[in-house]
Amino acid sequence: MTDPILKIEHVSYTYPEAEEPALRDVTLEIARGSFVAVLGHNGSGKSTLAKTFNGILIPTEGRVLVEGMDTADEDRLLDIRRTVGMVFQNPDNQIVASVVEDDVAFAPENLGVAPKEIRQRVDDALRAVGMYDFRLHAPHLLSGGQKQRVAIAGVLAMRPACIVLDEPTAMLDPIGRREVLATVEELRRERGMTVVLITHHMSECVDADRVIVMNGGRVALDGSPKAVFSQVETMRAEGLAVPETTELIYGLRQGGFDLPLDALSVDECADAIAAIFKKD
Amino acid sequence: MLKDITLGQYFPGNTVIHRLDPRTKLLGLICYIVALFLAKSYYSYALMALVLVTLSVLSRIRPKTLLSGLKPLIFIVIFTGVINLFYGSGEPLVQFWIFKITANGIRTAVFMVLRIMLLVCGTFLLTYTTSPLQLTDGLEKLLAPLKVIRFPVHELAMMMSIALRFIPTLIEETDKIMSAQRARGASFDTGKLTERAKALVPLLVPLFVSAFRRADELATAMECRCYHAGIGRTRMKELHFAARDVVALALCAVLIAAVSVLRHYGL
Repeated sequence: MTDPILKIEHVSYTYPEAEEPALRDVTLEIARGSFVAVLGHNGSGKSTLAKTFNGILIPTEGRVLVEGMDTADEDRLLDIRRTVGMVFQNPDNQIVASVVEDDVAFAPENLGVAPKEIRQRVDDALRAVGMYDFRLHAPHLLSGGQKQRVAIAGVLAMRPACIVLDEPTAMLDPIGRREVLATVEELRRERGMTVVLITHHMSECVDADRVIVMNGGRVALDGSPKAVFSQVETMRAEGLAVPETTELIYGLRQGGFDLPLDALSVDECADAIAAIFKKD
Repeated sequence: MLKDITLGQYFPGNTVIHRLDPRTKLLGLICYIVALFLAKSYYSYALMALVLVTLSVLSRIRPKTLLSGLKPLIFIVIFTGVINLFYGSGEPLVQFWIFKITANGIRTAVFMVLRIMLLVCGTFLLTYTTSPLQLTDGLEKLLAPLKVIRFPVHELAMMMSIALRFIPTLIEETDKIMSAQRARGASFDTGKLTERAKALVPLLVPLFVSAFRRADELATAMECRCYHAGIGRTRMKELHFAARDVVALALCAVLIAAVSVLRHYGL
């Protein structure tokens, strides 16, 4: 892992007036261009962790480095925030303007980018999320998935190297979820962006390069999706469900079938089961 | 009921009026209001009405749409008219009990009603033809000199544009909360006035709580998008005065002059 984009070093965080820390001694490195999924149930510290990535929360102990910049350094705050873009759960509460394109222009305007360049960035960002045709629409008339894509475009207009999505699909219907995930996938594949996806949907983690499971403010599991999900007992102990495919194979294994636990995708799972029948 | 609110509504278009610089339109509205208060005769009110009709034709805003803005104000308009009707001095035309209606009173009442209606329609014409963002941009630019005395011009403009952005969201939310309360047997449109007012409490409390939560999340999202007040901020769409703006402002000056002349000659 050479030159990680994010370095989290022994980070602990306690909310003001809270007794228990929300993060306890977390150390992580996020590799440039990787797709990392952070899993955990409510109160596991996953959202708190995300908020330390761009200096919204400053760790009470330890430090976070964004391309070598310490998030506690207020002079570099704008550089840090334009490097790590963040998208939140509720699209309604992220959109500031009454017209889609004006909203996407908000971040570059704050950064003092020249008007012509802003226009270019806005058009580019809207095309990247497939919302260019809606650029003159009013955001409150769009569907949830469309609004969330506008929110993503608003972050893309900063030209960040890394995008952190904090449960971006939690308030969306299945169609909206699919739209948003497809957009994220495209950003990663076509633009080589580093993506950190915070979620509690197992299925959204299957395509990740790496899955980090948080519990009680600590990193409970960390590894490839196959490695993480095959630890079915540990996942259950963390109060998390494993993907349905893993669940099925786990059950079959307990019934005496010899199946690989790391067959994550539906195809892999079907092939593995078919192979058993062929043997007989 | 809530969907009727037309405040801050904008009808996109590409007419001359739409293309005017928002600063011109704001100054134009101020001129119109000044002229309206200078007007003292049927002739000058006819002129003001003619100006409004011309503008609405130019901006292709239908008169019906323009007048619909008056709906929530009908009570105030009628009330003002009736009050002024009885407060005239001079020979009474009709008299009963302690009330008397004079020719002077009728005149004042008609003028007051006309004035309110023209004022409201003129203002609505501005918001109908100017996008909220343009409007707040224009306001920010016009008020810029006040920065010298440390008046938070940028913050004010930002607050206005966010408030306008959230009107539909909060209306939607109010509808949702009302439905939820109705589902549990609450009633908002029956009973005495005091009962109805009381029924609003369980509506307003969750609405406020949610508005504060939204504000908090919005502030975080804005910080994440590098918002740091107005320092060094640029705009994607910059405002430019064009020839048509000069013409429009000249016409505004002519209007004020015309009304002043009519007033001088007592017409």
